Amino acid sequence: MDIELMISSFPKLLNATLITLKLLSVSLFLGLFIGLGFAILRMNNNKLINKFAYGYSYIFRGTPLLVQIFIIYFGLGQIEYLRTTFLWVVLKEPYWCAIIAFSLNTGAYTSEILRSAFQTIKPGYLEAGRSLGIPSKIIFTKIQIPIAIKQSLPAYGNEIILMLKGTSLASTVTLMDLTGVAKYIISTTFKPVEVFIVAGGIYLFMTFIIHNVIKYLEKKYGFQT
Amino acid sequence: MELLYFGDKGWGDELFFATLMTIAVSITAMIIGFIFAALFTPLKLSNNKFLNSIGNAYTTVIRGVPELLVIYLFFFGGSGAIMFVASIFGYNDYIEINAFLTGSFSIGIISGAYSTEVFRGALQSIDKGQFEAAKVLGFDKYIYFFKIILPQMLRLAIPNLSNVWQITLKDTSLISVTGLVEIMRQSYIAAGSTRDPLFFYSFAAILYLMLTFLSMQLLNRLETKYSKGY
Repeated sequence: MDIELMISSFPKLLNATLITLKLLSVSLFLGLFIGLGFAILRMNNNKLINKFAYGYSYIFRGTPLLVQIFIIYFGLGQIEYLRTTFLWVVLKEPYWCAIIAFSLNTGAYTSEILRSAFQTIKPGYLEAGRSLGIPSKIIFTKIQIPIAIKQSLPAYGNEIILMLKGTSLASTVTLMDLTGVAKYIISTTFKPVEVFIVAGGIYLFMTFIIHNVIKYLEKKYGFQT
Repeated sequence: MELLYFGDKGWGDELFFATLMTIAVSITAMIIGFIFAALFTPLKLSNNKFLNSIGNAYTTVIRGVPELLVIYLFFFGGSGAIMFVASIFGYNDYIEINAFLTGSFSIGIISGAYSTEVFRGALQSIDKGQFEAAKVLGFDKYIYFFKIILPQMLRLAIPNLSNVWQITLKDTSLISVTGLVEIMRQSYIAAGSTRDPLFFYSFAAILYLMLTFLSMQLLNRLETKYSKGY
């Protein structure tokens, strides 16, 4: 055990954790909107729209995240047309490519979580709202969404932790996130165990916090249906 | 489409063998995972606090740390650990372990943590009366476990195990960082030499979709087989 290396690498890894957290929070934020959008499309009665939303979530859940990042980072740059548009400003940055891939990926999982949450809302709530003459838009924003959020909290907590682990793939497109820096230190010092303990400890600490925050929210917003 | 021709001109045969490699790694990893699950599930259910904490530590650490980090640990640490053991026996040359073994072992450990949770959940949701009845009737240990508990456990575990299989299959793409030529690595090589990454990575995505689709079909059949009578 090389304790000195563990201590000296700790600040570097902690610094890289900031990038991991940035990637995580931005892609979760964007993914939530994508997920909500596709969950609404999934509940549409139009078969074509429904199929489209199902296809989206099927493709993104059926392929590895690594493939998705590679297609966006290496693949899209190949399309000449894209290089001339303003999109290229975004797509040439590995940071934004990673964010796009993560958001689309977590969006697919979130849409499934939200869809099942929406579908388990008792029809009685909606009927009660309708019989009180509340407009359907307000039923959606004030009744369906709050209940769906409460019901999907446990599953969404899992998704946040999966996404935290997913951000480690950013290191494959040259981003120096926690895993990227850990790999760099391992490959220069050849002390994998020590670095693994420190970096793994930081990840575990983050999962521990996320887990407890979700537990707290579940308790706070929990209700009996 | 020329890019997919078999033989020297295209990448069809290379990608075909790479797909077989992905399947082989996934199955090996899944089996290694089952072995780990068979070891750790009893620990997680044990009443002994020490054994229990070992079981919990395994599943918590592995499920809380990114797969890539675990792979790096075994990729960089694996041959070092083996060389250390070998040096005790007086063998001091450099030993390189096979990328296939490191890969399937590291993915196996990850998939084992998920399988452990699945088996624990399945065992805990079997009615207590089943265990008691089997004991009261005086069945010997073999029949007790293999004929009474295991079939009931499998019925509950198979739907979740097919999720674990999906996770494992997708995780094998990460082994490409160690240089094992599976779908991802082969696409990377092909994309590099033809400068057509969009095509090859999209094709890799289609291959993975096909694998997940086909395996789900098979697993659904297994599921109906084991839920017979319910």
